[in-house]
Amino acid sequence: MAKITYIDQQGTERTIDVEAGMTVMEGAVKNSIPGIDADCGGACACATCHVYVDPEWMEKVGPAEEMEVSMLDFAEDVRENSRLSCQITVTDELDGLRVTTPRSQH
Amino acid sequence: MPGTELRGVHYLRGIGDVEAIRADLDGARRLVVVGGGYIGLEVAAVCRTLGLDVTVLEMEARVMSRVTAPAMSEFFEDVHAAAGVNIRTGVRVSAFEGPGRVERVAGAAGEAFPADVVVIGAGIVPHQELAAEAGLACDDGILVDECARTEDPDIFAAGDCTRHPCAVADGRPVRLESVQNAIDQAKAAAAAMCGRAAPYVEVPWFWSDQYDLKLQIAGLSQGHDACVLRGAPESRSFAAFYLKGGRVIAVDAVNRPAEYLVGRKLVAARAEVPPERLADTAIPIKEIGAPFL
Repeated sequence: MAKITYIDQQGTERTIDVEAGMTVMEGAVKNSIPGIDADCGGACACATCHVYVDPEWMEKVGPAEEMEVSMLDFAEDVRENSRLSCQITVTDELDGLRVTTPRSQH
Repeated sequence: MPGTELRGVHYLRGIGDVEAIRADLDGARRLVVVGGGYIGLEVAAVCRTLGLDVTVLEMEARVMSRVTAPAMSEFFEDVHAAAGVNIRTGVRVSAFEGPGRVERVAGAAGEAFPADVVVIGAGIVPHQELAAEAGLACDDGILVDECARTEDPDIFAAGDCTRHPCAVADGRPVRLESVQNAIDQAKAAAAAMCGRAAPYVEVPWFWSDQYDLKLQIAGLSQGHDACVLRGAPESRSFAAFYLKGGRVIAVDAVNRPAEYLVGRKLVAARAEVPPERLADTAIPIKEIGAPFL
């Protein structure tokens, strides 16, 4: 189990418990956290679950794989710390992870 | 269809079916899949990878015939054949046989396919009964407009069961069986119900994961007069662009997410792009799409 904090563009923070094995995207969608659309349900096929990972968590979260990198290339306002949250699997190690949702997923 | 009640014969319509199939695969050796569309081929890929003997029975002359072009059907038939899946096209299933538990699938022309487990992934019939009983117009789908409204302004319908206008389908109303359509139509319905009607004009898109291949599709390729390949199918990373009158109307991309994402924009813009340019892998796809992004 890990506590994940989702921050929106207004600075509002929402912290929830997400089971290890679920993705950061699933945690948001199952707990009605706004800002993550996840149109394809987690198949790395739509780039609408885009989040900015807090810089101090980037190393623990790890880098994106090839398919995700290609999909991210076309998302809106992509930055150094951009990730597709359906590709970040929650582990106990990520307890305390903070991510910010973008202005828009489309 | 006689025999659907036999043990070991499964439909695949919901998560309960998935769990039942998974349990039944334990100890099974031979799987027969009825239907060579996305669902059938995805099941075939997963089960072949698990080590089962897999046979796919498809009624039409090629797999995925309703959703992709012949070049793509051929590619996927080759991929499955190379993986050891037995794909049989032009086969119409007439019955499932075996006392108590399924033992074989019978074809209408007298063929017999031994099976320990059967998965039926043969397509759907839209649930329009309620709408029809209510007197709403239906035609292989509940007829709705761009805001998911039926002919009664207070009644909406969304998803696989509707037939609706599609900006990229040359004016003919379409019925789309996809996650994207269900979600986007539902959003259009909700917006209209809240008095903030925003017509649904999304380019239809779709994906299918089979083995190590991610097939991503944007647009509808029916009616194309040209098909341009970008990259080589043998490399298992390529895209097929479909044009009509010089304009891009659809793209099928295999392990080429960039081509798929740019392709979506090209389809939305009904972009005129010279075929030689689309085929030229020396030109980055982002550059080809730049004027339309």
